Amino acid sequence: MASHAQRNLLHAYLDDELDLVRSMELEDHLAECGDCATEVASYRALRERVLAVDLRYEAPAHLRSRVLRQLEEQEHRPSTPAVNLRRVPWWSLATAAACVLVTVATVMLVVRRNEDRSLIRAFVADHVRSLMASHLTDVLTSDQHTVKPWFTGKLDFSPQVRDLSGEGYDLLGGRLEYVDGHTAAAIVYQRRRHVINVFTWPSSGSDHEPSTTAQQGFNVVTWTQGGMSYCAVSDLNRQELSEFVSMLRR
Amino acid sequence: MTQMESTANSREKIARFEALVLPHLDSAYNLARWMTRSSSDAEDIAQEAMMRAFRFFDTFHGEDARVWLLTIVRNTYLTWVRRQLPQQNSAEFDERLHTDIESALTPESEFLRQATVEHVRRAIENLPAEFREVILMREVEQLSYKQIAAVTQSPLGTVMSRISRGRSMLRQLIAGERRHAEVKHHG
Repeated sequence: MASHAQRNLLHAYLDDELDLVRSMELEDHLAECGDCATEVASYRALRERVLAVDLRYEAPAHLRSRVLRQLEEQEHRPSTPAVNLRRVPWWSLATAAACVLVTVATVMLVVRRNEDRSLIRAFVADHVRSLMASHLTDVLTSDQHTVKPWFTGKLDFSPQVRDLSGEGYDLLGGRLEYVDGHTAAAIVYQRRRHVINVFTWPSSGSDHEPSTTAQQGFNVVTWTQGGMSYCAVSDLNRQELSEFVSMLRR
Repeated sequence: MTQMESTANSREKIARFEALVLPHLDSAYNLARWMTRSSSDAEDIAQEAMMRAFRFFDTFHGEDARVWLLTIVRNTYLTWVRRQLPQQNSAEFDERLHTDIESALTPESEFLRQATVEHVRRAIENLPAEFREVILMREVEQLSYKQIAAVTQSPLGTVMSRISRGRSMLRQLIAGERRHAEVKHHG
């Protein structure tokens, strides 16, 4: 009979972690030893019982969004490489000074684009969360005349809500959002199976034409019009999403 | 490196991280959830672990991403535990208090068959931490002994011994849950 120190081998055998030679030796032993054979059977039953139970917890959707958002913030942590001025020749410093003025404008543009990308990522994460958490709308109605007033008192602006059901875009309702430091309205539309979240918030910049991009498999259109910024997120194809945006802008 | 180059590098780093490490968020959360026994604590630990993983991403050299991440999750959890109970040493486990009395028990297969999901869950939750984690990694995450040894940073022999004793305790705990339920029912 195998000593109790050999008990580990029984478990390794059950887990297919024993090499061939030892497995065969153990099987020979099990054929002769009732106690060990009973042990193996008992632990096999235990494993089967445990494996049959769904014990795996899945990460909640909002955790995924939070992680994605924080990755963005980590990306924008400034990392300036140290420059030892004494080792840099004077003439390259003069050239560098001239280049600075040129690059400042470029850098500003890149930084702003990165901020835009970061904002877009936040809206996409929000779009995903709204789909998963059964929290698509705070006010559920297809009546635009109900959705708009619902926001009064909750926002200090009045979001645009359109009735495009004639064109095949149904209004599902609205939702209050807080994304990346902005309080925003999310107006929710549907085209066939596809949900479209249109985020809108007051803009500081001038109007700009719709610009389309893709993020994590979703299509995103952003534009500014009449003092408001918009961001439409959906898994709807680009063409129809663009058409939808054109209709909203009319 | 210009500003634009470093920005491009950052974006590439995020993309690589999302492709290689983010898919294991469920495993990370699952381990944290079972070890802390609290969904809010599990979220905090999983999030912190993901951030640390991202900061250390340059040290990841394409080996098993799940094992790499779970090692970070486990270390994050251990730091959290130490902050909770500074006096208690979570690493050691007193053998003498938990001697195996298995030889006195008949095989518990009958109890095992009738054990409900709740019985099994509660039994696992009542396992001491160092047995709970190896049972989880083996049965739920289906990690190999070698992978478990990597995550727990302990020798294979320790892993085998913990699985063996962990299962033995689990068997008794499930049987205990079942007996307890039976007493309540008939008592």
